[in-house]
Amino acid sequence: MSSVLEAAPLTNSLTAGKLPRRSSLWVLLASWAVSAAFFTMLYLSGAVDGFNIVGTAVFGTVLYCVAIYVLSRLVEGSRKAKDRLMTALVTAAFVIALLPLISIIYTTVVNGLPAFLTPTFFTSSQRNVVGAGGGVLHAITGTLLVTGVATLISVPIGLLTSIYLVEYGRGRLARSITFFVDVMTGIPSIVAGLFAFALFALLFNDPGVRFGFGGSIALSVLMIPVVVRSSEEMLKLVPNELREAAFALGVPKWLTILKVVLPTSIAGIVTGVMLSIARVIGETAPLLIIAGFTSSMNYDLFSERMMTLPVFVYTQYANQGADSQAYIDRAWAGALTLILIVMLLNGLARLIAHWFSPKLGR
Amino acid sequence: MTTAAATTIKARQRPGDRIFSSATVISGSLILAMLAAVAIFLLVESLPAFVAAPEDFSGDVTNFWSYVGPLVFGTIYSAILALLMAVPVAIGIALFISHFAPRKLAQGLGYLVDLLAAVPSVVFGLWGIGVLAPLVQPFYTTIVEWFGWFTPFAGPVSGTGRTIFTVSIVLAVMILPIITAICREIFLQTPLLHEEAALALGATRWEMIRMAVLPFGLPGIISASMLGLGRALGETMAVAMVLSPSPEVIFQLLTAQNSNTIAANIALNFPEAHGVGVNILLATGLILFVVTLLVNMLARVIINSRKAFSGAN
Repeated sequence: MSSVLEAAPLTNSLTAGKLPRRSSLWVLLASWAVSAAFFTMLYLSGAVDGFNIVGTAVFGTVLYCVAIYVLSRLVEGSRKAKDRLMTALVTAAFVIALLPLISIIYTTVVNGLPAFLTPTFFTSSQRNVVGAGGGVLHAITGTLLVTGVATLISVPIGLLTSIYLVEYGRGRLARSITFFVDVMTGIPSIVAGLFAFALFALLFNDPGVRFGFGGSIALSVLMIPVVVRSSEEMLKLVPNELREAAFALGVPKWLTILKVVLPTSIAGIVTGVMLSIARVIGETAPLLIIAGFTSSMNYDLFSERMMTLPVFVYTQYANQGADSQAYIDRAWAGALTLILIVMLLNGLARLIAHWFSPKLGR
Repeated sequence: MTTAAATTIKARQRPGDRIFSSATVISGSLILAMLAAVAIFLLVESLPAFVAAPEDFSGDVTNFWSYVGPLVFGTIYSAILALLMAVPVAIGIALFISHFAPRKLAQGLGYLVDLLAAVPSVVFGLWGIGVLAPLVQPFYTTIVEWFGWFTPFAGPVSGTGRTIFTVSIVLAVMILPIITAICREIFLQTPLLHEEAALALGATRWEMIRMAVLPFGLPGIISASMLGLGRALGETMAVAMVLSPSPEVIFQLLTAQNSNTIAANIALNFPEAHGVGVNILLATGLILFVVTLLVNMLARVIINSRKAFSGAN
């Protein structure tokens, strides 16, 4: 390579000492090709059974990092070479993060579809079902009830708190609320479940207390900080001119907030609430602790155990019966249902934010 | 007239205003009360555990502290391993989205990483057992063969791949989104003038990042890592499903015997617990709560101190 440098004297000082455009792309393709050839030879020689596509990609990418570094160092010098190497590594980091996501979605769909498509899956509970068959109706009912009540508790408290922080709060109370709301977002979900359990075990003096409403309390401990944070951000986006205009017309502060500030930011608040629902609807640990599990329908939040979808997935996996494949299939199908619900909520939230967000001209 | 001008004008206090503002104050204080309630109720319910008799514990454990010791070790060990794996990758992803990816694609790619945060932990657990553990098991065999002389990699190798190392990989994937999101925010706040100054002096893109972006973002990276650590410490279902536990302190990463974590231990034993057993599990939960609370508070203090002097907001 150094001979190339000497053979081509500095004709143009701006392009000299540079790899040609798109050379990194070609080097990448070449290293993948070399790696593919290597693994094909391994396969043909019979050393391994089957063509190793993951190995090809990984080995090829490593080869690319080395090749581009050496090439660039010879032609462009060490600083440029380091830059190219880091670019390759940073891009690789991003791709590495996508691999589990793709793998999770793929395996869930492939393993979940068979049981997901059985006709009874959405129309029956697990009552008296041994082996294959049965469904998740009881779990979906439980999830909707528990999460719905958690939302009913969290949204008023969260919204009012965020209004306090943006519109009223000054001084020490506001600062400590902001701080502890941030800290609360980091509470482990299982601690929230234990809290709800400890609370109701003391209240009812029942050391084995299990019921759906306790699950709602546990979930709202997790949900309130998320609602506060997202609504606070949205309320801060409302331009001060709107508030000042309302005050100038003599509108009381509480009416200004209700009729001017909230309608302006309602789309963002709804988005935040939906994202927070999406966050708690997949929580397993707290519901396992306080809501328990059952294979029957239960519409009553205030008595008896109540099944929820994440706990259904866990118990189907953990307590496999005689025909274990049927239980594993149902676990994957439950996981697929859960992922679909969460993705749907996320997608809807983003769409609402996209359609109704105030156009601030930024 | 002159005396009237000296008095300040006070807004008329309407009942609506009073009701509304006190409602907001009450709900704000309710959040603080709730956090206090979490601590108080957990403490009250876990008091019997600290004085529990030796026969209340399973195995040859005689008191609460020797019961919780291995659990604390397992929790911290797996979380720190996860952090070691996640932080470099997360910084890479954040840099890719903020400084390397084409501008138009960047936001969409950010959403893609956020999708990872939307996957429920129980699904991560299923994936860990069904896909990841069988995938990495052959590598474990090789590692134990070649590097068995190094204590963490000592054998005998686990036949299922359900080791603390696999758990750490799953945890690392689970905490990637939060670390990435915060790092990305911080990197995007780097003063543009610093970046342009570095580029104008002839720095390559990587040199610009090392001279302008990373020093500016360092406190952000630290606090993002601590928030990720908090998540990893408290993660329950993925660990409970993937790990094959045993009640000892074990440094080996790849064997079938692994120290359990606090959260997973609670999830595994709570449904069948009774009597003082419930209080013991609640007490371990209290310890987890205190540890995560401290980690999170420290992280928030670092973030907030950064806000004050960054000038970026």
